Amino acid sequence: MNAVFSRRDFAKGFGGLVLAFTLDLPALAQDKPKLPGSLDNNRMLDAWIRINADGTATVFTGKVELGQGILTALAQIAAEELALPLSRIAMISGDTGRTPNEGVTSGSQSIENSGTALRLAAAEVRMILLEIAAPRLAASAEQLTVGDGVVSAPNGNKVTYGDLASTIDLRREATAKAKPNPPGTHRIVGQSIARFDIPGKVTGKAMYVQDMRPPGMVHGRVVRPPHYGATLASLDDAKARALAGVIAIVRDGSFLGVIAEREEQAVRAREVLAQATWKDGPQLPDPARLFAHLKSLPTKTSVISDKQSGVPAGARVLEATYTKPYMAHASVGPSCALALWQDGKVTVWTHSQGVFPLRAELVKALKVPAASIRCIHVEGSGCYGHNGADDVALDAALLARAVPGKPVRLQWMRDDEFAWEPFGPAMSMQAKGAVAGGRIVDWQYEVWSNSHSTRPMSTSGANVLAAWHLAEPQPMGPPTTPPQPAGGGDRNAIPLYDFPNQRVVHHFVQDMPLRVSALRTLGAYANVFASESFMDELAAAAGADPVAFRLAHLTDPRAKAVIEKAAEMAGWKPDQKGDGIRGRGIGFSKYKNLACYVAVVAEVEVDRASGRVRVTRSFAATDAGLVINPDGLINQIEGGIIQGTSWTLHEEVQFASTGILSRDWSNYPILTMPEVPHVTVALINRPSERSLGAGEGSQGPIVAAIANAFAHATGKRIRELPFHPARVKAVLG
Amino acid sequence: MAVSLKVNGAVRSVPAEPDTPLLYVLRNDLELNGAKFGCGAAQCGACTVLVDGQAVRSCVTPIGALAKAEIVTLEGLGTLDSLHPLQRAFIDEQAAQCGYCINGMIMSAKALLDRNPRPSESDVRDALTANFCRCGTHNRIVRAVLRAAREMGRT
Repeated sequence: MNAVFSRRDFAKGFGGLVLAFTLDLPALAQDKPKLPGSLDNNRMLDAWIRINADGTATVFTGKVELGQGILTALAQIAAEELALPLSRIAMISGDTGRTPNEGVTSGSQSIENSGTALRLAAAEVRMILLEIAAPRLAASAEQLTVGDGVVSAPNGNKVTYGDLASTIDLRREATAKAKPNPPGTHRIVGQSIARFDIPGKVTGKAMYVQDMRPPGMVHGRVVRPPHYGATLASLDDAKARALAGVIAIVRDGSFLGVIAEREEQAVRAREVLAQATWKDGPQLPDPARLFAHLKSLPTKTSVISDKQSGVPAGARVLEATYTKPYMAHASVGPSCALALWQDGKVTVWTHSQGVFPLRAELVKALKVPAASIRCIHVEGSGCYGHNGADDVALDAALLARAVPGKPVRLQWMRDDEFAWEPFGPAMSMQAKGAVAGGRIVDWQYEVWSNSHSTRPMSTSGANVLAAWHLAEPQPMGPPTTPPQPAGGGDRNAIPLYDFPNQRVVHHFVQDMPLRVSALRTLGAYANVFASESFMDELAAAAGADPVAFRLAHLTDPRAKAVIEKAAEMAGWKPDQKGDGIRGRGIGFSKYKNLACYVAVVAEVEVDRASGRVRVTRSFAATDAGLVINPDGLINQIEGGIIQGTSWTLHEEVQFASTGILSRDWSNYPILTMPEVPHVTVALINRPSERSLGAGEGSQGPIVAAIANAFAHATGKRIRELPFHPARVKAVLG
Repeated sequence: MAVSLKVNGAVRSVPAEPDTPLLYVLRNDLELNGAKFGCGAAQCGACTVLVDGQAVRSCVTPIGALAKAEIVTLEGLGTLDSLHPLQRAFIDEQAAQCGYCINGMIMSAKALLDRNPRPSESDVRDALTANFCRCGTHNRIVRAVLRAAREMGRT
């Protein structure tokens, strides 16, 4: 049974399989012993695994497929512990009516949280299967062996999981006491199992929410204000109403949308409706003074690391300021959702990263109880963080409410996505350090950043776009930042190196002139850019080789191992000089200081005449503990390097005081195929160590490697992102 | 009004105006999922199909201009049971993450291989310049196209 195909049987799912919503009661965890991973908040075994009469297992996860291959990897973990072939595992993911609530699929945490829960739940289910098989087989549970869903006794008696399905009762709390299989015995975990979803994706099967077309479906489009804060002053919709195919025009305050029989009719009506009269909102800051402006706004300042032992006199002091602009998620496919109202209840098919948090926000925006809302995840275009997925889900629900019984599919247009998605925040990083005797003796670092977390499930208000535009609006929720050690804008602001003096300060900037939220790595990309660039600047001041300098300041052997491996892969030569055009550099981080270790060496070529920087080759070494799917992990690390190269060389949201100017790909260019570097990835597998999240591990190291390679090539350093030609030419003089 | 189109070898009549972009007709009337909406402005390549052997952006191609054209979509290349060598190669190379761009990659590559059966790596990269991938799967995509070219050369 193909897990993904079975899940995509929309016609079947559409009939309204409405199960009791008993799975998402977080109160369950109170006053109970802590369980590992997501088991802690979802403690019932049958919330995770069911054994079916046909000998298959249905595996439930609250984490969702975003293109990162997570469902394949989680199926591998479950299959391994259940001793079932992958072909007999069906995955059900991200459904408020059916799956555990695991919050948001983000932060490279799915293997760590959902994988841990599934490993322990599956091991326990296997143990229970053996316990109930034992009396049937006239043997003790300890004597039994299991493989391919068959339990065998030494006396030759056998029983299948299918036979045991009717007697096993998994409506019980997990204990996490069953021992998972030791890594040495793994047959499925650790294998590069081909992803379940790729065959369907390369043959045009219905794989995405965009591909859903249930009977009677109609098409929606939204008409956004021209800019942030603009309000709908007057609307004459007669012209739009007269257009062929228009079924309804929905207006609620400044929220405006249209439903039509055909998609192109909805698009046409959207164009006509956009001619409404809008009242301007507040002006945006002058982009030329952006960072000064951000630093002038109110902050919540916290010292996140402080270690003082006295700086020796005569140490050489360096200072540098680095910046990162606003960046867009810029999914290739604009966000999309499908909604259907029936009998006062709404079902929303969504590519949200978190169906439960989305539902919490829909409760507030739609003013209906959670029991009347079901959110079901269906894949969309890759999101890379908090893009328009949740917003479009509310849009679709608002439109569909006008046509009960009719499913409404709504895909944003390109400019909806660019102009309204929450961007990765602009950031400013200030570093001051001192070297003496070839070592860093002082490290002072401050970072200014907006929130990287304005996701749904806000403590007050509502973090979904249309809620702010309704006639009875909800305010945007208060900006939040995850605490250290993971951090938000301060993610990876504390270096992993050992310095005798160190002070790291996080200035959490409260006001958000542009809409911002989580973009892959949160603050880590900018902080690793700044601190790993500064490491090279200090290495140069100390007259040291960047690789040796890093190793000299590290004690963690796993950190050292990835740096040594990447240097070896790249044929790193300490005495190699840049020639004005070509150079190489290294970047390293342990993502969040608690997930995977990645070191990257990048090689660049600088075209001094045009100012173009090309990354020719990159070499990455990764330690993510126990590797579940090596090829899947390589794909993530490689993808992060290429996406990170695009961010570094090209990406910057354009805006003016009047609003967002990046509204299509021509004013938000990204890396194109001929510019993509060759990428070589080596994995350091550590089967006895727990798996570490890796989906966001390489973006920080690659930007630093590129910055350091540019400096190595040219002798000049760029401290402002991106490295676009005008900036490069200005730096080169 | 109705317009007739020949898609994947079959003539189909669709109840759409002649200025309707081909993409909406393929996806909504003919229920072909391959071509994807990405930008609506011929910038990203997600909607690519073949029209008389040429890779075109279906999001900006009105159906009224296609009365006599042979249109081929991703579904017309092969099926799960009978994969086209390009589709096979994309699976073998695991050349997708989210996969939303992959239709465009495969269709642009098909047009390339039809005119240049033995492309170099840089030929492939150049041919896919205007097909955007956001997940960073580019190198796998290039490897898949080169693998398909080798496989097709063999048979």
